[in-house]
Amino acid sequence: MKASYLAVGFGALVAVAMAAPASAATLDTVKSRGQLICGVNNSLPGFSAPDEKGQWSGIDVDYCKALAAVVLGDASKVKYVPLNAKERLTALQTGEIDVLARNTTWTMSRDTGLGLSFVGVNYYDGQGFMVKKSLGVKSAKDLNGASVCVQAGTTTELNLADYFRANNMKYQSVVFDTSDQTLTGFNSDRCDVLTSDQSQLYGLRSKLPDPSKAEVLPEVISKEPLGPVVRQGDDQWFNIARWTLIAMLNLEEAGVTKKNVDEMLKSTNPDVRRLLGADGDFGSKMGVTNDFAVKIVKAVGNYGESFEKTVGMDSPLKIARGLNALWTKGGLMYGAPVR
Amino acid sequence: MSETTDTFVPKPSLPPPSGSVGITYWVRSRLFDGPVNSLLTLGAIWLLASTLIPLIDWAVIEAHFIGTDPNLCRTGGACWLFVDERLRFFVYGFYPDGQLWRVNLVLGAAVLAIGYLAIPNLPGKRWVVPAAIVGLPVLTILFMHGGVFGLPIVATDQWSGLTLTLVLSVVGIVAALPLGIVLALGRRSQMPAVRIICVVFIEVWRGVPLISVLFMASVMLPLFLPEGMQFSKVLRAMIGIVMFESAYMAEVVRGGLQAIPRGQFEAAAALGLGYWRTMALVVLPQALKLVIPGIVNTFIALFKDTTLVLIIGLFDVLATIHATIVDPEWPDIAPEGYIFAAMVFWVFCFGMSRYSQALERKLHTGHKRN
Repeated sequence: MKASYLAVGFGALVAVAMAAPASAATLDTVKSRGQLICGVNNSLPGFSAPDEKGQWSGIDVDYCKALAAVVLGDASKVKYVPLNAKERLTALQTGEIDVLARNTTWTMSRDTGLGLSFVGVNYYDGQGFMVKKSLGVKSAKDLNGASVCVQAGTTTELNLADYFRANNMKYQSVVFDTSDQTLTGFNSDRCDVLTSDQSQLYGLRSKLPDPSKAEVLPEVISKEPLGPVVRQGDDQWFNIARWTLIAMLNLEEAGVTKKNVDEMLKSTNPDVRRLLGADGDFGSKMGVTNDFAVKIVKAVGNYGESFEKTVGMDSPLKIARGLNALWTKGGLMYGAPVR
Repeated sequence: MSETTDTFVPKPSLPPPSGSVGITYWVRSRLFDGPVNSLLTLGAIWLLASTLIPLIDWAVIEAHFIGTDPNLCRTGGACWLFVDERLRFFVYGFYPDGQLWRVNLVLGAAVLAIGYLAIPNLPGKRWVVPAAIVGLPVLTILFMHGGVFGLPIVATDQWSGLTLTLVLSVVGIVAALPLGIVLALGRRSQMPAVRIICVVFIEVWRGVPLISVLFMASVMLPLFLPEGMQFSKVLRAMIGIVMFESAYMAEVVRGGLQAIPRGQFEAAAALGLGYWRTMALVVLPQALKLVIPGIVNTFIALFKDTTLVLIIGLFDVLATIHATIVDPEWPDIAPEGYIFAAMVFWVFCFGMSRYSQALERKLHTGHKRN
């Protein structure tokens, strides 16, 4: 009896704690602190990983820097909090971090059930396959009867089963505990195929003794839209976080780069003038300066520049733009207009 | 009649029978003593050769030691230049570049203090011990954290790498031992309230895995704290480790207390000593000496347990290695990284173990049965 009262009391306390809304406006908190606290991945190359001096870099880190540039005018005023998959959402709920940019998949339950809001998508990921070129396989549909190296206990394993069943193919799974072990298995010919999220496949491929002997197949068998997350209930902060991301896309679409931003400020194109704050007061309506997009591009460049530098062709990962190209170039990246 | 006494002159001793000395005899009698042993010997030689030779080949002969280019490691053996390249990150982690001397100062002071204590027969040790126990934490807070003498503050979330491992384990060791002694005495106390509190504390903390303690500290605890009230994750982990290890320590110390014969307590009482003086002057010095192996065992376990903070997102030395072996610029360097981690831990644990053995010999007062 006593125990059940205790359990009820404990549950109520958790519920109260979880339901507590974000009290003070996050924007004011960040400004008075003079620092943006950003939750990132412990180490996912290309997304967020520390270098030999302990400096963070990656596409998620660039988002944090852009947001800091918008809010504080200085991209270096970010405190990075490395989080693992289990504690990342709690850290945001409790206010330990201001924004979570940790390759988090946007799902309905996360968006609606946890008091959190997804800002948008900064990387469209999905599960894919890596095969040895010597197999001569050009499509995942040819993989009938293959042995597949996969990490245990992940949604990857479930997606794999679903995909093969849906296509009436047989496979044999070779299960490993961590992703470097799956790579060792692949490298030592324990399996023909390695499956994981595409963003990770490229990283794993570059670790092979001869990366050119393996290739990533074009098929993507699951939807993993990754994006930054903020707490629900602070609409102003949500808007700033969302429009920081959209501005990065629009900057690329308008052709504004780190190098040409000062010339572009003199542009007569009304779209560009509105985006860069030369016309109108779009920034100040949101609670930041009108030239917030200029600050972003000076800090990290536009979305395309950031992409190429962190995960794209200028990085060791060499991921093609694919779904992450602008909508004008056949991708899914589409920024709402500044009007 | 002349008597002559023959003095006994021993003959020079014969050489041992042929075939019972020398290397051939040793080999035959120890290694090839019958068909079963011969087979076992050959098997062992084959096993050693087939594992050691490729290992040495990989780790030393074909390994890369010099250079900075990751592509050197695409072929050949181990890639130690990776460890060399990332050593700064493994040791200091996120600690800001210009401030590394502060970490060095604190670590240097700790090494000096421990070295002074480890060398036998140096004067003034009774002052060095309390000075180190009080001084080192103060030094750590003043210099590593900063905020005084015009030093910029380095928040605890930037403490990482080997530095964090050492800070966590030294704090754990220094705090868990006294707390454990108090708990052990409390568990044997005549006062029911004290006894029950201590028993409950020990059994609760000892019955929970350290991983869940750390998870509670990092995930659950913030949910109960009022909004905006936060204290650093390092501190939370530190408190969790100290609580957990003090419960273990209490049971080790209690084992020592129970080994002290009743006569010692009675003799102390006959001398008119009260409870605290009985414990401090008669019982504890004997009890603690008895359980040195157990105490050091707990210390070593604690030192290795600090790696569990990896799962709550703190960057101890293992986590820094974990974070760098995925770097896509390098080929697969996971084995080198983990071997380096193993060597670091082995060096510290072996050091502790040797020190405890020296301590046991020094405190040996002749009652040991051996």
